[in-house]
Amino acid sequence: MSVFEDAKQKAQKLVDNWAKEHRYQIQDIKFTLHVWRRSTLSMIGLGIAIALVIVVILAPFISPYDPYELNIANRLTPPSWEHLCGTDQVGRDILSRIIHGSRISLMISVMVVGVSAFIGVILGLISGYFEGKIDEAIMRITDMFFAFPRLILAMAIAAAMGPSIGNTMLAIAFVSWPLYARLARAGVLQIKNETYIEAAESIGASHIRKMFLHILPMILHLILVQGTLDMGGVILTAAGLGFIGLGAQPPSPEWGIMVSQGRQYISAQWWVSTLPGMAIVITALGFNLLGDGLRDVLDVRMRR
Amino acid sequence: MAFVLFGVLVISFVLIYIVPGDPVGAINPQAPPWLIEKIRREWGFDRPLYEQFTTYLWKLLHGDLGKSVMTTQPVTYDLIRFFPATIELATVSMIFAVAMGIPLGIISAVKKDTILDHFARIFAIFGISVPVYWLGVVMLIIFYYYLGWMPGPGRLDPYVTVPPRVTGFLLIDCLIAGRIDAFANALHHMIMPCFVLGMYGAAGIARMTRSTMLEVLRKEYIRTAKAKGLKQRVVITRHVLRNALIPTVTVIGVTYGGLLEGSILTETIFAWNGLGQYATRASLYLDFLPVMGVTLLVAVVYSLTNLLVDILYAYLDPRIRRG
Repeated sequence: MSVFEDAKQKAQKLVDNWAKEHRYQIQDIKFTLHVWRRSTLSMIGLGIAIALVIVVILAPFISPYDPYELNIANRLTPPSWEHLCGTDQVGRDILSRIIHGSRISLMISVMVVGVSAFIGVILGLISGYFEGKIDEAIMRITDMFFAFPRLILAMAIAAAMGPSIGNTMLAIAFVSWPLYARLARAGVLQIKNETYIEAAESIGASHIRKMFLHILPMILHLILVQGTLDMGGVILTAAGLGFIGLGAQPPSPEWGIMVSQGRQYISAQWWVSTLPGMAIVITALGFNLLGDGLRDVLDVRMRR
Repeated sequence: MAFVLFGVLVISFVLIYIVPGDPVGAINPQAPPWLIEKIRREWGFDRPLYEQFTTYLWKLLHGDLGKSVMTTQPVTYDLIRFFPATIELATVSMIFAVAMGIPLGIISAVKKDTILDHFARIFAIFGISVPVYWLGVVMLIIFYYYLGWMPGPGRLDPYVTVPPRVTGFLLIDCLIAGRIDAFANALHHMIMPCFVLGMYGAAGIARMTRSTMLEVLRKEYIRTAKAKGLKQRVVITRHVLRNALIPTVTVIGVTYGGLLEGSILTETIFAWNGLGQYATRASLYLDFLPVMGVTLLVAVVYSLTNLLVDILYAYLDPRIRRG
């Protein structure tokens, strides 16, 4: 018993010490969370994002029907208690397809944002940190990408490689990384002349160490905000590619394809096209609200 | 700028040609192998990449963008045919976007943290979250199929005879031909696609206007102006707006490029026979010279708008001019 009590006391002491040592950081985090929680819109965004993740995880359990099951006799039925979102042109349950489609959308957006942010941030770090010729080269390349019509390029890549979900991701990632590179570079330039970087250098920190341990953490919030906002944009672009036939292919329950296929029936059966589109809107809205709120909170200049 | 455009060329060329896509097979999957071989040789698809590229560049310098396998017309001809429709769509949308975005941003900043501000901000976030292909479909359902207030897809009603083509811009052509009825009809057809596209542009403009207005409102000279006893309206229009709208000009420039791209999807929904539909059809048929042509054209327009914005910027902001 006493041994247990002893250990508990020791642990408590350790925690206390840690809290005391880091009290400023803890205060800062608490304050940030406090400000964030007050922003209703941001909380709504967070709610949508969490709901999306839950739907994605539980998709097979909560979808009422099989998203691929045809039932021609039951085609184009309007929303009812049996089929909450109605059925499509071959009698598939639209709600089930929307639920399963969420997996595709979230996967695409997470992968694209992850990959493009990873590549972009590394190049941006190098560019801002070393400056000189490397910087010049990398920035000229990003310039080119900014002059590109991104959607057309993504279309061309997707078409050339053959339309599929994987190639959609590649195509969008290929046109998205320059934004992160610019953002990271601007961040690096702002803080690389701070005294603490000089201090790190004076005790012999290597370039890699300075870049990744001293500079990267300070610009991570910029990337986080941009990444969140980008999630919404990527979902829109991916669904757009699906919509024009250069993304995921039928019978995949991808949202863009569903909007596109439902277009033939909009004169009488409005639900076939609009309800899957609604899913796109809500998801994109969620990420945009969340990103907007995060920016207000994390941008120190704006909150004080 | 020339460097950037050359880069655009190289990247798109390499990307498009490095992958084994075959236009002949895509247009007609039943084509026999000997025919495919023959066409490939005729069109130069069997040459090494660098040779194809230098040939392309050489022709480009002479204003020749190659021929489209799909339409069998020179790409330049197709571009001239389809470009005006897209520019018209994007330009009218831009007017919508500015007309909606700037007032919203101003109201939002002046009435900061009120219901109006929240409403305007939610609208702005909506604008970037709603895909044009969905909004377009919803508007068609409501205003065309159910209410019947708006005309359906297309640029003119089927019973309206198309005015002779002079500039390719339908509105201008109607005026040249003195056809007020066709002009009104074309304008009516533009409302929905331009609203849909303009909404996307308005969002960015409203956000930028709001944030720069807020920044300027905090400046000392605004306090001075207020202390002098100037009316709120005068302070806002003369002192705040003049300074706040400068960064907005940049956003408008960038937005224009965005609208050109957005028109790709909008055109599909509203059966708008422009560059977007052309590029989409060409991509689906793996017919890449047209895609290259469109990419290049949009990149040029994009770069030109940026250049124009830079010049305008110096004109609007005397501090830059002097510096």
